[in-house]
Amino acid sequence: MSPSGARGASAPRKAGKAPGRARVWATRAPLLPALIFLIAVTQLPFVATVVVSFFDWNSLSPDDRAFSAFSNYGEVFSDPSLRESVFTTVLLTASVVIVSVVLGLLLALLLDREFIGRGFVRTLLITPFLLVPVSAALLWKHVLYNPEYGLLNGAWAWFTGLFGVDSPGQPDWISEMPLAAVAAALVWQWTPFMMLILLAGLQSRSAEQMEAARLDGANAWQMFCHLTLPHLRRYLELGVLLGSIYIVQNFDAVFTITAGGLGTANLPYTIYQTFYQAHEYGLASAAGVVVVIGTIVVATFALRVVSSLFREEAGRA
Amino acid sequence: MSTPTAPKPPEAARRGRRRSTALGLLAWAVGIIFCAPALWMLLTSFHAESDAATNPPSLGAPLTLDGYRVFFGAGGGASPWPPLINSLTASLCSTLLVLLLALPAAYALSIKRVEKWTDVMFFFLSTKMLPVVAGLLPVYLFAKNTGMLDNIWFLVILYTSMNLPIAVWMMQSFLADVPVSIIEAAQVDGARLPTVLARVVAPVAAPGIAATSLICFIFSWNELLFARVLTGVAAQTAPVFLTGVVTSQGLFLAQLCAASVVVSLPVLAAGFAAQDKLVQGLSLGAVK
Repeated sequence: MSPSGARGASAPRKAGKAPGRARVWATRAPLLPALIFLIAVTQLPFVATVVVSFFDWNSLSPDDRAFSAFSNYGEVFSDPSLRESVFTTVLLTASVVIVSVVLGLLLALLLDREFIGRGFVRTLLITPFLLVPVSAALLWKHVLYNPEYGLLNGAWAWFTGLFGVDSPGQPDWISEMPLAAVAAALVWQWTPFMMLILLAGLQSRSAEQMEAARLDGANAWQMFCHLTLPHLRRYLELGVLLGSIYIVQNFDAVFTITAGGLGTANLPYTIYQTFYQAHEYGLASAAGVVVVIGTIVVATFALRVVSSLFREEAGRA
Repeated sequence: MSTPTAPKPPEAARRGRRRSTALGLLAWAVGIIFCAPALWMLLTSFHAESDAATNPPSLGAPLTLDGYRVFFGAGGGASPWPPLINSLTASLCSTLLVLLLALPAAYALSIKRVEKWTDVMFFFLSTKMLPVVAGLLPVYLFAKNTGMLDNIWFLVILYTSMNLPIAVWMMQSFLADVPVSIIEAAQVDGARLPTVLARVVAPVAAPGIAATSLICFIFSWNELLFARVLTGVAAQTAPVFLTGVVTSQGLFLAQLCAASVVVSLPVLAAGFAAQDKLVQGLSLGAVK
């Protein structure tokens, strides 16, 4: 799409020489509603959060509101439970992203070939991603993890029963391994997302290049390491970064499965609790600002990856 | 895709075919195992409560609609209809609003480009990366002080801002697919802008616009955090209602499964329908 083409598109509407500034604004006008709306609804609240973060403000004692400079930030970094939730967030995000990318890659490789019912299998595989997150979390909590009649223990009892074992181990998953329980549910939801992106990557490989390598006598493993993996690199990066951005913000699974208990409270949940239940407005805001700073670090990389893919696309057009 | 074009010796071909049958079967097995929890939920939703909570699991128990009957209020619990209607209202209205705002923006970013259009694109994207919790408190305070708490239209505004960046990105990539040459050809023939948009751009971009709408609908329908903090009784949405199914009446597995199935159904339908475009939408148009 060349600039001259774009200018040409508006040519019939102009009689004679239109003043340059008016034309520029005519081009900008369609953009403005969306821009103004977005700035008002997303940027202004954040500015307000930054302001509130400098105040000592508990809504239960509104008269004590006072400017407190950086003391909320000091508390964010010194409060052990907040620090723990930072650690939990990092651990949860990293483990879910890594495991779901690896599983997603395996599933994508499996689906990247013709077989009978491929479309149906793909539909089966993306179903977990399409469940409403709350219902997926409820499903894991009550239907799968329940220690007495959950599917996991039930299937295990049935399986060991085949071998005549009377009382197989029946762990209480959520209380014995809370963070892993939350992570497993999230991995189940996010693996299809990774699979979809990586499958798109696999299908954009050049067929000629693959065929040439095959004719040159490369085996499947060599082709995977030297052709497929380098080609997939950007798609892997994109999956990791988009996945991180969504999973760092996860609230539904933590809220539903453990209600933040047993050391599973991540930052979004902790902030929600700090302001919604503890009414510590200033502290919650400071924690929110810290999350944003952390996210900006990740997002800078994310934007770079997306922008390289995007520019490639724009260059091709 | 991987069918070899070069002729192969029959022995190797047979081995290749056997291998690909095996991999096909493996894919089926993995697909079924991976989806098993969801399939189990569907099956349990049709079981009687006494059959739902057994160990070992009861695969062949008689099917019944009791779980659904109880969920829809025949069992005396709160009716799910108001929350479902709230969710539908919030999702549909915000999707419509997103389209109204995103379409002109995408037009300015792809067909009749503003200067520095890539910078604008990245500004949109960067708002999506701002964690929701970082703005939640001011939004809550604003709603509280203006009497917008427990008001579904306030959620519509928030969901619109949540989905607008995604929609702009997706739509930009779909509109950029419209060849400039046919736009120019139409204009040479004397077509004015509205005609060009309606006759040339819209038909080409229609599948993309449909996919964008479906994805915005899905994200709005799924949202929990805003809905949880900002709604109470009147504007309660389906996901919030779902979290209450367990706490208010104790644990009834079949009913819980039925509720989850009903609440997930619109998203499943939309997602299955948009499968092909889903990737492009989820990766903000960066991957085609």
